[in-house]
Amino acid sequence: MSVSPANTGGRWRALPTYGLKAGKLIATVAVTFLGLLVVTFLIGRVVPVDPVLAVVGDRASKSTYDAAYIALGLDKPLYHQFFIYLKQALSGDLGTSVLTKKPIIEDIARVFPATLELATAGIILGTLFGVPLGVWGAVRQGKLPDQVIRVVGLVGYSAPIFWLGLLGLLVFYAKLQWVAGPGRIDISYEYTVTQTTGLLLIDTAMQGQWDAFRNVLAHLALPAVLLGYFSMAYISRMTRSFMLAELGQEYIIAARVKGVPEWRIIWVHALRNAAVPLVTVIALSYAGLLEGSVLTETVFAWPGLGQYLTNSLQNADMNAVLGGTLVIGIIFVGLNLLSDLLYTVLDPRVRRRT
Amino acid sequence: MTNMLQVEGLNVSFPSRDGPVRVVRDVTFTLGRERLGIVGESGSGKSQTGRAILGLTPASATVTADKLSFDGIDLRHASAKTWRSLRGPRMSMIMQDPKYSLNPVMTVGRQIVEAYRRRGDATRTDARNRAVAMLEAVQIRDPERVFEAYPHELSGGMGQRAMIAMMLIAEPDLLIADEVTSALDVTVQLDVLRILDGLVRDRGMGLIFISHDLRLVSSFCDRVLVMYAGRVVEEIAARDLHSAQHPYTQGLLNCLPQIDGDSGPLQTLTRDPAWLA
Ligand SMILES: Nc1ncnc2c1ncn2[C@@H]1O[C@H](COP(=O)(O)OP(=O)(O)OP(=O)(O)O)[C@@H](O)[C@H]1O
Ligand SMILES: [Mg+2]
Repeated sequence: MSVSPANTGGRWRALPTYGLKAGKLIATVAVTFLGLLVVTFLIGRVVPVDPVLAVVGDRASKSTYDAAYIALGLDKPLYHQFFIYLKQALSGDLGTSVLTKKPIIEDIARVFPATLELATAGIILGTLFGVPLGVWGAVRQGKLPDQVIRVVGLVGYSAPIFWLGLLGLLVFYAKLQWVAGPGRIDISYEYTVTQTTGLLLIDTAMQGQWDAFRNVLAHLALPAVLLGYFSMAYISRMTRSFMLAELGQEYIIAARVKGVPEWRIIWVHALRNAAVPLVTVIALSYAGLLEGSVLTETVFAWPGLGQYLTNSLQNADMNAVLGGTLVIGIIFVGLNLLSDLLYTVLDPRVRRRT
Repeated sequence: MTNMLQVEGLNVSFPSRDGPVRVVRDVTFTLGRERLGIVGESGSGKSQTGRAILGLTPASATVTADKLSFDGIDLRHASAKTWRSLRGPRMSMIMQDPKYSLNPVMTVGRQIVEAYRRRGDATRTDARNRAVAMLEAVQIRDPERVFEAYPHELSGGMGQRAMIAMMLIAEPDLLIADEVTSALDVTVQLDVLRILDGLVRDRGMGLIFISHDLRLVSSFCDRVLVMYAGRVVEEIAARDLHSAQHPYTQGLLNCLPQIDGDSGPLQTLTRDPAWLA
């Protein structure tokens, strides 16, 4: 497509605007991140878990205890403690886990890919089914397909996930043998796959281990479908209401006047507009899944972030809990930013405004 | 004169808490290859009449008619396929409110090209050139820029002209122009009227020209329908409008400020429920 001179001029003039936007963005991220650290820091001070005991163990002598107390900087004023915490956090040091005796960062790097893989598969399924079903429901508003989608969504909304998970395992794993059981991969493959990314589908594919790939897929299928079902329920409901709002607009009538075919009116004219708020909905659902759905991970023995956090919480492993909380916070902030960015890409009214 | 459009006993009603509200009542008229004006105060049912003809009444409303035919096609029972073949290249409507009638996330150019391509398989560049030419024809000074612009980047008058260009580009046989000149200044208004006039004269288009502006309608149209509360209270040749018989039409005329007349207080319009009987 040719670019008219007027247009290029417009883009050049917009450059300082982009700089300003980037600056604003960085400031927002910095402030949010700082706030997050303040919150995790304060939680760490408020909970009735003694951080010194966590380090030295409860059989330590008084002198060991005191030495650790000073080493941790607990004799310093609170703001000073926060400063130390900030410095450590920024250099990637979130402390050591009492439970695993490893740095928190290492633990999270190990468990997070499991959650990431599951959540990503789930959100892809949820979007792939949720958006078209929502569109269909809106187009057939009040008719049979709409009702069916509504009921299916309602079940997805209200059925307890561990119940569905156990039922799924019983039917598709125990009875039908269509999928593999709990865990991410069979033990026989566990040591043949080198974990580079930690995303087993990608790792096995890159190493050309197709048997292992199929095995990972068989393990992933059921929990991913389950999470996909839950996000599908939410996404389809939101898509439906956004689409109904758009289909009632005047520009839809104008498109009909022009004789634009109905499929184009629905999938191009209306959906393109509905996509603007939908992006936020999908991003937030994704963030919710990335938190690590504890119940799903428990039912499927999925060694992810949700399980790690629950374990740490049950064992009062505060460093791990706070580190995990920080990671979840970062995910939320990141996905929010991403959806803001997509928002600007999708909506020209926001794009060209400062 | 052949009648391309026949409307007989057209009724449109919306449901409301106090029962159905009839916003178009027993409207009957025919249209040939001519300029038919529809005037009437705000809310008198002008736009809803136009939409009913195009089959675009909101789903909540009920439309009935004794006869509604375009070019011999019975529109009352037209299938989706028939409508698709009619709207755009055969019958079209320039919508009243360009601000809401243009898709906010599509460039103006894409929306015009979309309308043009309904006529047949034009190539991309051909369609683009036609669209830019059309924008130029409606007196948009910077057609290339407007082509690339999004609707919110246009002024009200530019939006209205983009809308006009979009609906004219398919060269329909029947055009309903709903308040097309209200946001335009006088010179541009004249250019738009000239284009519409040319289409009626040269291509034999049938034009329904909806307007508030009695003076404009009386000078531009051949015939005028005067609507009041959903009903056509008078049908009259445009040149005889000044000698209209119906008290409502006379009332509308008396409400026009006279430039050369005495500067007494403007008349207020009196209404009589008996007009709806
Ligand atoms: N979607 C709707 N639901 C209920 N009533 C409606 C709806 N659309 C229009 N109406 C009613 O129908 C009547 C006629 O509306 P219409 O738009 O045809 O008026 P109009 O003559 O075009 O007025 P204007 O000159 O202001 O454009 C109005 O009283 C309006 O309130
Ligand atoms: Mg109107």
